[in-house]
Amino acid sequence: MKWVPNIFRRMQYDDLSEEIRLHIEERAEQLMGEGMSAEEARRKARVAFGNRNAVEERSREVWRWPTLESIWADVRFALRGLRKSPGFTITAVLTLTLAIGANAVVFGVWNALILRPLNVPQAESLFVIQHGSDGGSHSYPDYLDLRQRNRSFDDLAVFAIRESGLDTGKDPSNVWQYETSGNYFDVLRIQPYIGRLFHASDEHGPNSAPYVVLSYAYWHNHFQDDRTVVGRVVRLNRHPFTILGVAPPGFQGTILFFAPDIFLPIVNHEQLAGEKMLNARGNHWMFEMVGHLKPGVTPAQATADLNSVDGYLKKSYPKEEDNASYTLARPGLHGDYLGGAARAFLIGLMLLSGLILLAACANLGSLFAARAADRSREVALRLALGSSRNRILRQLFTESVVLSLAGGVAGLVVSILLLRWLSVWRPVPQFPLHVPVSPDANVYLAALVLALVSGVLFGIVPVRQILRANPYEIVKAGSTGAFGRRITVRDVLLVVQIAICAVLVTSSMVAVRGLMRSMHSNFGFEPRNAMLVDIDLTAAGYTGERIPTMQRRLIDAIQAIPGADSVGSVNWPPLELPGGWQGMVYTDTTTDLSPSHAAADPYMYNVTPDYFRASGTSLLAGRAFTWHDDTNAPRVAVVNREFASKILGSVPDAVGRYFKLRDGTRVRVVGLVEDGKYKNLTEDQQPAMFFPLLQSPASWTWLVVRSNRDPQEIAVAMRSVLRDIDPGMVLEIRPWSTELGGILFPSRMATVSLGVLGMMGAMLSITGIFGMAAYSVSKRLKEFGIRVALGAQREEVLQAALGRAFKLLAIGSGAGLVLGLLATRVLAFIVYQATPRDPLVLAGVILAMAALGLLATWIPAQRALSVNPLVLLRED
Amino acid sequence: MPMSETTTRDLFPGALEMMILESLRRQPAHGYALVQHIQQRSNNLLQVEEGSLYPALQRLLKAKLVKAEWGLSSTNRRVRTYQITASGLKRLEQQISSFERMFEGIALVLNPSKATTN
Repeated sequence: MKWVPNIFRRMQYDDLSEEIRLHIEERAEQLMGEGMSAEEARRKARVAFGNRNAVEERSREVWRWPTLESIWADVRFALRGLRKSPGFTITAVLTLTLAIGANAVVFGVWNALILRPLNVPQAESLFVIQHGSDGGSHSYPDYLDLRQRNRSFDDLAVFAIRESGLDTGKDPSNVWQYETSGNYFDVLRIQPYIGRLFHASDEHGPNSAPYVVLSYAYWHNHFQDDRTVVGRVVRLNRHPFTILGVAPPGFQGTILFFAPDIFLPIVNHEQLAGEKMLNARGNHWMFEMVGHLKPGVTPAQATADLNSVDGYLKKSYPKEEDNASYTLARPGLHGDYLGGAARAFLIGLMLLSGLILLAACANLGSLFAARAADRSREVALRLALGSSRNRILRQLFTESVVLSLAGGVAGLVVSILLLRWLSVWRPVPQFPLHVPVSPDANVYLAALVLALVSGVLFGIVPVRQILRANPYEIVKAGSTGAFGRRITVRDVLLVVQIAICAVLVTSSMVAVRGLMRSMHSNFGFEPRNAMLVDIDLTAAGYTGERIPTMQRRLIDAIQAIPGADSVGSVNWPPLELPGGWQGMVYTDTTTDLSPSHAAADPYMYNVTPDYFRASGTSLLAGRAFTWHDDTNAPRVAVVNREFASKILGSVPDAVGRYFKLRDGTRVRVVGLVEDGKYKNLTEDQQPAMFFPLLQSPASWTWLVVRSNRDPQEIAVAMRSVLRDIDPGMVLEIRPWSTELGGILFPSRMATVSLGVLGMMGAMLSITGIFGMAAYSVSKRLKEFGIRVALGAQREEVLQAALGRAFKLLAIGSGAGLVLGLLATRVLAFIVYQATPRDPLVLAGVILAMAALGLLATWIPAQRALSVNPLVLLRED
Repeated sequence: MPMSETTTRDLFPGALEMMILESLRRQPAHGYALVQHIQQRSNNLLQVEEGSLYPALQRLLKAKLVKAEWGLSSTNRRVRTYQITASGLKRLEQQISSFERMFEGIALVLNPSKATTN
């Protein structure tokens, strides 16, 4: 569009030249008419007109955009100036890149998870219905009643999440599925990409709808966009299911970070899972219930409506219904259960990254002020030559905005790369977790605004200095001026900045220490040199008596592999998400076996004899199981120390004592093992009990294989052995330490983010202190020269040069340390064993800040010490 | 030449524009005629450099206080004739009244000071 005004201007300019030519001609003709010679007349006419080029130039200027073009001139001037001081420029741009980049990344995540509505039509009226505070699970009969009796929602849909083995004829693999009510797609108003989706009309009671809908991503990756898949029959846990169609590309279910591979009707759950759950009112296994509010109904009205239905349900089914009430939440992050935590964590991160940006601005502000002071002579000269103060300020602001925009663009590029990487990142290999945070226009805009705001923020610092400048005084006195002893804005900025940085350094150190400790803490088993093999025998079609037989066969087969030291199996490994089984137990003397009399609700594991050796769980007393602990032998158990002291009343004499199960069975304790971690790393010590697999069968099977061989090698060997036994089994083979990635994910995430912010904080304090020290040294070089000439010692010069910087550093670090320790109380909730009362952390922070101070003042100190009074005093 | 460069500086800012507008209020004119007119009306007291008229005219054009079009003069010359617009008229009135107030003020300040120095 730029050519439009240009053409318009060109016409104006042509008119003008023509006009001027005619003007001079007319004057000349008039003069000739007065009797002058032609040549003389033309000369006179030109003289009378004046400098024709200058007139044309000035006339043209009228038409230009004066501000825009002079801004462009300012920009070019600023670029020239910045090129002349590359050190300053690089420091400033790098600082801004980091600060703006960090903010853009955090904002990008916030934008994608919280701000951006779910990718479904009319997302604004879509709500998640939560029940109680446990993540809002529902039972299927409750769902049917709520759906039928509420008057606030257009319709309600529900789904559960499950993993199944999908066999398309080639190597079977595990897929994650949403088991949904038939109306799920209709409630969400989703149209198929190809084929069709299932509807409520497809359901006709249990196992009546053997249909699957593929997610776009799964179709794309596993069927290579093959449109002929519609109508094909595949096997899910060995049962035939017909592929109906493919969901549209943008639709990944209603939970942002958990994208299912396939969708299928929940009425077929029984067939897939081998359990009858559809009529169990007390079994809250539905993951999430969603629905669109009817037009005009407020969330508050809908909540009241749901709770009145709940009142009816409580009256009708007093045994099954608990006291929890219904609430509504925004969809996407599994309601408030995760949404709340994610929001809190992100707000915390945003605050921290905002602090980083503020610190960066404070930092650059003082650098700018120093730069302005160094240029005071230039500024004075320009003022003396008639430049207005506004013009000079504009020039300074141009410089700061040019810098901040450069930093903003660089920061944005960095953040886009990071966000793209985050979007495809699979943090926990065993789950289809991902963080869909691809950046959009909002992020670009935010980065731009941040850049401009920070440019103005740090550009504003030297303004007062310029406005007060008296050109006459400055030109006369030189640039030394008076370097005040009083507390300046710059000092305050520096202290604030150092305090912020110390907070960041403290929190990241606390987090890193906590993570290191939790990595090396005692899990009650040894994940190193252990492999886990996840085999779903139900999915492979095994039932009843065939399961334990098969388990024994698998164990024996792997035992035969060279290098496999010990092989055991467990129904669900400790610390494996989403958590294991629990069962109520009673002391041996209890006779009333109602839930309220239970002694505890320990974690429960069904294991084979060699499990303890394979997992590295040390046996403290008694014996482990043998294959003879079967249904013909008396019931036995191995318990941990906590179980022994809590339920049996004695740790040393635990072996040989009895406890009771819910059904009244007496169980004899034959062994005692060490305590461990069972559900998550931050839990208090929990009781746990282990039962022999043959007395307490389980369909889930995780083989634990201890071996010193290379994990890759042994995995290949195990796969081929197991494939020989049954090629239809779905196998997941991973080192146990990799498997723990899931449980460590939140604290790792927190540690990495805090570590990055802490590093940035450290870098900022280096540049900040460096800037301040370098500036004060350069200002006072002459003074140091005189001091040295008068016989000052090195220490005295250093004291004079850097005393102030160190004092500020000490004040800032002290304040930051205290604040940081307060802040880490919050951290302790996320990062396991993050305790602020850790002498190592305290010492670490103090050392780190001192090291930063030394590092940052090293160059200025050298400069102060190398001062040569003769050379210095000869200058000026 | 350097002397005549400063001629316009001797006028206060906007004075030339005001005079142009006033001339055009009486009748539309082209650049040359405007110069003639202003010099004659000021009894040649104001030596307006002819060229300096043109930047002023461009400013007025840009502010849409005058409009211009090519045509033929009474002497059959091809000329670009300027004409005052409605907003030009309004601006002229404002400027004249503010100029008169300023002039009055200056006169009041100057007169007593003359008295004391005498």
